[in-house]
Amino acid sequence: MNFPFILYILFRVIEVEGLFLAFPCITALIYREESGWYFAAVMAACLVAGAIGKKFLKPKSTILFAKDGLVAVALCWVAASMVGALPFTLSGEIPSYVDALFEMVSGFTTTGSSILTDVEAMSYCARFWRSFAHWLGGMGILVFIMAILPLGGSYNMNLMRAESPGPSVGKLVPKVKNTAKLLYQIYIFLTIVMIILLLLAGMPMFDTLTITFGTAGTGGFAILNSSCADYTTLQQAIITVFMILFGINFNVYFLIYARKVKQGLRCEEMRVYLAIIATAIILISINTRGMFTSLFQTVHHAAFQVASIITTTGYATTNFDLWPEFSKMILVLLMFIGACAGSTGGGIKVSRCIVLVKSVKSELFYALHPRSVHNVELEGHKVDKSMLCSIDRFFFMYILIFAFSVLIVSLDNFDFMTNFTAVATTINNVGPGLSLVGPTGNFHRFSNLSKFVMIFDMLVGRLEVIPMLVLFSPFMWKK
Amino acid sequence: MQIIIVGCGNVGGTLAEQLSKEDHNITVIDKKSERVRDVTEKCDVMGIVGNGAVRSVQMEAGVEEADLLIAVTDSDELNLLCCLIAKKAGKTCQTIARVRNPHYSKEAAFLKDELGLAMVINPELAAAYEIARLLKYPKAIKVETFAKGRAELLKFRVTDENPLANCQLKDIPSKLHCDVLICVVERGEDVVIPDGNFTIRSGDLISVVSTSKNIQQFFRKLGMTSARVKNAMIIGGGSTSFYLAKQLIANGIQVKIVEKDKERCRDLCEHLPEATIIMGDGTDRSLLLEEGIEDAQSFISMTNIDEENIMLSLYAKMVSQAKLVTKVHRISYNELIGPLDLGSVIYPKYITAENIIRYVRALSNSMGSNVETLYKLIEDRAEALEFYIRGDSPVVGVPLQDLNLKSNILIAAINHNGTVITPGGQSRIYRGDTVVVITTRTGLHDIRDILQE
Repeated sequence: MNFPFILYILFRVIEVEGLFLAFPCITALIYREESGWYFAAVMAACLVAGAIGKKFLKPKSTILFAKDGLVAVALCWVAASMVGALPFTLSGEIPSYVDALFEMVSGFTTTGSSILTDVEAMSYCARFWRSFAHWLGGMGILVFIMAILPLGGSYNMNLMRAESPGPSVGKLVPKVKNTAKLLYQIYIFLTIVMIILLLLAGMPMFDTLTITFGTAGTGGFAILNSSCADYTTLQQAIITVFMILFGINFNVYFLIYARKVKQGLRCEEMRVYLAIIATAIILISINTRGMFTSLFQTVHHAAFQVASIITTTGYATTNFDLWPEFSKMILVLLMFIGACAGSTGGGIKVSRCIVLVKSVKSELFYALHPRSVHNVELEGHKVDKSMLCSIDRFFFMYILIFAFSVLIVSLDNFDFMTNFTAVATTINNVGPGLSLVGPTGNFHRFSNLSKFVMIFDMLVGRLEVIPMLVLFSPFMWKK
Repeated sequence: MQIIIVGCGNVGGTLAEQLSKEDHNITVIDKKSERVRDVTEKCDVMGIVGNGAVRSVQMEAGVEEADLLIAVTDSDELNLLCCLIAKKAGKTCQTIARVRNPHYSKEAAFLKDELGLAMVINPELAAAYEIARLLKYPKAIKVETFAKGRAELLKFRVTDENPLANCQLKDIPSKLHCDVLICVVERGEDVVIPDGNFTIRSGDLISVVSTSKNIQQFFRKLGMTSARVKNAMIIGGGSTSFYLAKQLIANGIQVKIVEKDKERCRDLCEHLPEATIIMGDGTDRSLLLEEGIEDAQSFISMTNIDEENIMLSLYAKMVSQAKLVTKVHRISYNELIGPLDLGSVIYPKYITAENIIRYVRALSNSMGSNVETLYKLIEDRAEALEFYIRGDSPVVGVPLQDLNLKSNILIAAINHNGTVITPGGQSRIYRGDTVVVITTRTGLHDIRDILQE
């Protein structure tokens, strides 16, 4: 293990987080809020820590093997969340540090589950920081650092692989640094387009920025207690479209950018993803007919909720906890499917689901024709055995962690629906669940133990299981 | 530059590692996914699994924007085909092919002219050239050339009887009256760029830079024979041995080749009538003694087995005064062999990679970088670079003693209109010169990088 270098990266992450804390400080200046001082204090502390790290922790070797990459990423996310939560507690807006940590992890992992009973009572700068965390966490903090800082060494791919979602993380261009830069360029471009469209649709500046950050990172923190219900239909429609866009594999955008539009649109994962969305919207529209004033409104709300859940964003325009059971169940299933690999969304990922379904089909075929030779294919390429195994195991670990989490959370003695969907929504980085944690409820009722379990689940979901498990695995620390 | 490397074997891997460090954008192609994974895990490169001679695979690797395609798979035919396809599929793609079959590589000139290849490299031939160059200076462990061959860099070990031992560097000019610069000293683990107060000890490995003539004079004054070897004993009759023997014979050196295989012996005998071919086991002690290993002036172990070569050289070192050259395939043996003092060790794959890298550097030089040649003197610890000086450079026209250089940087030679001088404090650098800089820093890209900021 190359601990000196991991520590060095850790300090750089904190330094960069300090730089980003400037944004809530500016917000505080504009709205003349006193909480801004606490953000400024934490920001100063981060910058000092970064300077110290740069000066004294210059590592000898910059080699990062796969395990170093996993540990570095896991530790960075934990550290970034712990630092990011400080201003909330210091300013007294979220008195309990565990609650603040829950809120911050929920921000960075782009979950959007909140322990706040009244969001509107929060200061502007605190709300801005929460939403900005979504934007940062969506594409990844370390990916950002790799795009702008020369970390040295040629092993950075191990960092990127550990942080980016998807079963196989590849590069867009030969250099990690340039790949990271390209990803952020696409990300920033889409973000800016959405900001402009929302402003044109008449949304106030502060709402536009925070809602855009939440959508881009597929997070889901809103700045109003009603989430997105109070915005106009046009604004909601823009949010729907962009939620879906940010849930698509960024490879597609890269191919379009590289003028290989045809190849980009052929992406199997994207097609399946869009097909699932369309099917879900139709089924829910039929199931909820009569609940809204017109057919258009029915489809509109169904589309918003479906996009919000499958991309694991978690905004709501209506209290879908009141929907019929069939529609609610569809939403719960969508939570697990999640968005495309290589997007900012969470969940199991569409590509993994495709492979899982195809391997079931292949297994059945094999049962009927034991001598048959059959390949599982994705995007026209054969999925090799080791990849199949790792996807199967990923799925199993996911379900295992999910089951244990539900078990521990049920100590709080809430109803089944609450426990089940609370864990489902956190591990899949969605945001709202059903029943007590539905769109109008929140997570403040849970005990600290349950909150810690869900903090762990959110990180597990965002970093795709392995980094977090490695961090707590005894094999890792045995000499 | 955008570079595509087809084939991820030893040479491909070494190329990818070195070129990606030098900030080129590398894409590697290989048929075997494990090999691609190995390389992409070790270096910052993009990997594609597939046949490199297929156009769609090359397109996926971005051949349209690529500046260079290097084909180094095991198969000559595939390499040539890759280059032909890339030539047509790419817009401005230059190509390099490794071709080891002597029948093809004999026609390198035709391949280059008619098929448009930028470089055809035969690894065995390249290794043979390198060995022949080493035999020119029997005392030197390593010989590199700069300024189109006008300046040379030699590395040798200081022995007890050498007058340099226990001598301070500043005393050397008055003692020897020789225009030679001692630029790097290796002592055990340490690598130093010495200053005037540095004292040389016996056992140090020192590297000197100057013109070929000066170095020969320097060697004579040190009492070291600078004459070429008169005879060579080569163990193993592979293609490298063949090429080497051919060159040595042309240089008037007596050659004796020991080879086990009868058929191969016949072949060699037919093509090298001047050489003495001995059929027998090179590891047989009595055979070596019989063939006069004790009087051999140079001993070159080139069997296919690394371990055997190392043992043979150790034995030759014990019984003779010969200049030793040992061929080793596995680069990972490097650290083990170092302390054995085996003389010159040749890594054929490394030589191929080095030759290609030299070409790439020259190519990127014409695209804006100013590094003319770059040699790794000691693996990642010291480099010798040759810079081309453009007019706007801040070093132009200033006496060297007034330049504010970074630490651990030495200007070793200036090539001014074809005359190489060993610089002193009053020397100046002019536009159009090339300058050899020795440094223990890495990552110099331009002559201005040697100045303090």
